[in-house]
Amino acid sequence: MSQRQITFEILRYDPETETEPRFQAYCVPCEEEWVVLDALNYIKDTLDGTLNYRWSCHMAVCGSCGMMINGEPMLSCKAFIRDLPAGTIKVEPLYHFPIERDLVVVLDDFMDKLESVKPYVIPKKQRPIEDGPYKQTPKQLHQYQQYSMCINCLLCYAACPQYGLTPEFIGPAALALTHRYNLDSRDKGRRQRQEVVATHEGVWECSFVGACSEVCPKDVDPAGAIQQMKIASTADWYLEHLMPWRRS
Amino acid sequence: MAKSNKPIVWGLFAAGGTVCAFVIPVMILITGVLLPLGLFGPPEASYESMTRIVSNPVVKIVLFGILFLALWHAAHRLRITVHDFGIRNDQLVARAVYGFAGLFSLIALVTLLSF
Repeated sequence: MSQRQITFEILRYDPETETEPRFQAYCVPCEEEWVVLDALNYIKDTLDGTLNYRWSCHMAVCGSCGMMINGEPMLSCKAFIRDLPAGTIKVEPLYHFPIERDLVVVLDDFMDKLESVKPYVIPKKQRPIEDGPYKQTPKQLHQYQQYSMCINCLLCYAACPQYGLTPEFIGPAALALTHRYNLDSRDKGRRQRQEVVATHEGVWECSFVGACSEVCPKDVDPAGAIQQMKIASTADWYLEHLMPWRRS
Repeated sequence: MAKSNKPIVWGLFAAGGTVCAFVIPVMILITGVLLPLGLFGPPEASYESMTRIVSNPVVKIVLFGILFLALWHAAHRLRITVHDFGIRNDQLVARAVYGFAGLFSLIALVTLLSF
């Protein structure tokens, strides 16, 4: 195992006591198989216990360690140091979110948006427990499975230039999850979700840059989900305006 | 939040994208490559046969549809590109690019009807 000394420039910021963020450099002896999160843990454990960042699983499942690494949104547990260009590694909190402390961002905006699209199965009629489980064929599962892989890591929001410009935009992950429930055979809540999806701040704020799908660590393809919802919303619009009697 | 009327412009944009991807390359192949190469008879005689084809009302309708949708698609694409470049005067840009698409659609219509 070879060890390399690598300098990490890490954004530090405490909004309660500091007026603006600053970068602090740490020199870390990195092992060949380390990811950026290992280096952060080394800093926290041996160099500077005051550094703040979120992490939990260290295996790209929990979605809590997303940050900007050399300006790219990545899960720090999935960013192998050997894959990054040689030289200083710059670590910043996810773009487009307010900073809570150092690499920790405030997630309230996303949480509110996620709640607004009702990300849960809304059945046509609630069934009593005695009736047993809702069954689904493998084909029905396949319809939405890809979109259910989202771990809410918010790399897509940090990558999305539209969200950066228009913070009201519902954004990639929340819309991908909307699509996930709309496609679920057990769900009948699409019309309720359309009240948010079909607004300007819903799918129509998206200009299909596609950065969300590029950075997604779980291959969810939020951009694809949004385009599919644009097509469905367009069909809705024409039906509502050209055949108004169709709607109840 | 009210539902957006964006589907009007986006629906035409999406249809135009399909046309641009599938039909325009074929038209370029026919009119720009195969025809000059003489695959449809001697190129000198092709103007005659082309005008005969375009004078058919069904062909006129189809061609106008293709040209209008392709122009609309280009206009909307430009509007988004301008936005992505950071120019924020969307209403003005929208009027300009859609106006351009409308004007050239009108020119295409007048030209088609003259055959």
